[in-house]
Amino acid sequence: MSFITRGFSGCSRERDERLPPGQTLVQDFPVLSAGPTPEVDTAEWEFTIRTESSVHRWNWDEFTSLAIDDVDTDIHCVTHWSKLGTSWRGVSLDTLFEQVETEQEYVMAHSYGGYTTNVPLDELLDGKAWVAFEFDGEPLEPEHGGPARLLVPHLYFWKSAKWVRGLVMMEQDEPGFWEQNGYHLHGDPWTEERYW
Amino acid sequence: MQHVDGNALAGPLAEFFSFDLTTAIARCSGCGAVGELARTMVYRSGAGTVVRCSECDQVLATLVETADRAWIGLSGISAIEVPRG
Repeated sequence: MSFITRGFSGCSRERDERLPPGQTLVQDFPVLSAGPTPEVDTAEWEFTIRTESSVHRWNWDEFTSLAIDDVDTDIHCVTHWSKLGTSWRGVSLDTLFEQVETEQEYVMAHSYGGYTTNVPLDELLDGKAWVAFEFDGEPLEPEHGGPARLLVPHLYFWKSAKWVRGLVMMEQDEPGFWEQNGYHLHGDPWTEERYW
Repeated sequence: MQHVDGNALAGPLAEFFSFDLTTAIARCSGCGAVGELARTMVYRSGAGTVVRCSECDQVLATLVETADRAWIGLSGISAIEVPRG
């Protein structure tokens, strides 16, 4: 019996502390989508932030001329997989919101293809979120959200909206696509905020 | 006219949720297309199942399942017709 005891305690010690509860490590990059993959040409691409008083717009050239961050982070999908040490490049939401004045505290992210997801503004600022357009040293592939996706790695990955095209400020928190259909309004992987 | 509480739905709704819904006919609230649910476009992933109108691509319905709970959203369907008898 002693080898069984050793095995159990060994498993416990070896669990990676970067893995939130209920998550399993993967090496590949699973693809989850709620519909067809939009093909968005960067010549047509536009990113907007809409506030209670104005709309801020960037085309692809303007956007990629902004300060670009290298981001190394772990990502956690609500379907129980996590991927550690992923590498991204993108524009910090702090950089984008330098030009934005708003009193509203909640954000709805909108994507090409119609997907939406809600995030409180304070969870997008202070180095916590980016609009990413490169993954692993390459332009972000369409199936992973290219040309650009939201990257909010401290929340479950459905919050990191693929094919993001803009943010709309909201006075109150409102549910996005999956949040209307069973998923949690907030989505913290460390407290397993998976569903209502 | 007085209303009654939702318990009164038990009989009528049993008819809608007790047979093969893929034979039902649904109306898309986006484009108005009317067709069998079996002819819709279904996207399945670990997060859930998304049913889209084959005419206009609008989301008709969503299904989310866990081990002990399930959700069905019918946000894009304005009406469902089921056969009787």
